[in-house]
Amino acid sequence: MSPARPAAHDWARDVHRVLSAYEVRQVATVPDAGLTRLLELAATDRTMRLITLTSEEEGIALATGAWLGGARAALLMQSSGVGNCINMLSLPALCGVPLLMVVTMRGEWGEFNPWQVPMGQGVRPVLAAMGVKLFPVERAEEAGAAAEAAAGIAFNGGLQTAVLLTQRMLGAKRFADSE
Amino acid sequence: MLNRRALVADILAGRGETLLVTGLGSPTYDAAAAGDHALNFYLWGAMGSAAMIGLGLALAQPERRVLVITGDGEQLMALGALATIAAERPRNLALLVLDNEAFGETGRQAGLTGRGVDLAAVAAAAGFAATLKITDANDTSALVKLLYRTPGPVLAAAKISLEPEPLVLPERDGRYLAQRFRAALLGPARATR
Repeated sequence: MSPARPAAHDWARDVHRVLSAYEVRQVATVPDAGLTRLLELAATDRTMRLITLTSEEEGIALATGAWLGGARAALLMQSSGVGNCINMLSLPALCGVPLLMVVTMRGEWGEFNPWQVPMGQGVRPVLAAMGVKLFPVERAEEAGAAAEAAAGIAFNGGLQTAVLLTQRMLGAKRFADSE
Repeated sequence: MLNRRALVADILAGRGETLLVTGLGSPTYDAAAAGDHALNFYLWGAMGSAAMIGLGLALAQPERRVLVITGDGEQLMALGALATIAAERPRNLALLVLDNEAFGETGRQAGLTGRGVDLAAVAAAAGFAATLKITDANDTSALVKLLYRTPGPVLAAAKISLEPEPLVLPERDGRYLAQRFRAALLGPARATR
């Protein structure tokens, strides 16, 4: 008999608490399976507006507009979406706009789909090249602290940060799961 | 065909407290030529960002009118944003596309709106509350009404001539422009935070 697995740590609740504590009002996303619970928490939080995008770079511009208007935004996306954001990251970098991103990683640990690998492996160098500060998370218990650190440096410093929820933490999608 | 400078000057003369975002290139110069204003956020890059900056601003400031003035190429790069904006239905957001059917900044290469792509029709199909196409200066009163008083989201596409205009270059330091905008809108204490 295999031992009973402990209940998975509810990292989405921790990250949602950080978004709430930092008064994030606009939560922009192109959804990902790994973000499902966090997106549900945002959608049912009356202080937050969940904004579904057609492509992730829209969220960078949205966050800039929100900040110009005195509100805070966050962008939640899968690693493949990071590639869509590259040039748009010029905007917060040039204008000193705080930007908090939460990225669910693919293509790095136990990935079954080779099409996820190039961008998954490219996330860190691409974001670093654009000046984004990275907060990778290997254990679910650390997601809240990483989100807190990333939100603090973003919103207090006018910087751009990304919490990378690694595939090792999230668990690789199995072949039978829906894409 | 409309003259872009005259059209933008006409529109902005009645702006009141409207918050303005301008797309990179000539729309930024047109707005600067009409008179600098602390509530102008001029883009000098980040092509495809103007409409979505407008959405973030409109949702953050629901009591203020937000006007985005951009070009046809810039808006075509953000075609998806028209769907995103339509779905959010911001009542205070207006987009004005200055459509010269060309990439004016890079050598006046032919764009797609000269080959049948109709941005007002795209916005209408996406679900914008109202859209307008104008080609004649006689229509500007309808344009002013749409941009400032019609519940949004609204989009107007104005066919403008490709005649070059004198360069009128506003400040281009992004931090300065953003902080100036925030100070004017939110008060100096919140300019940088």
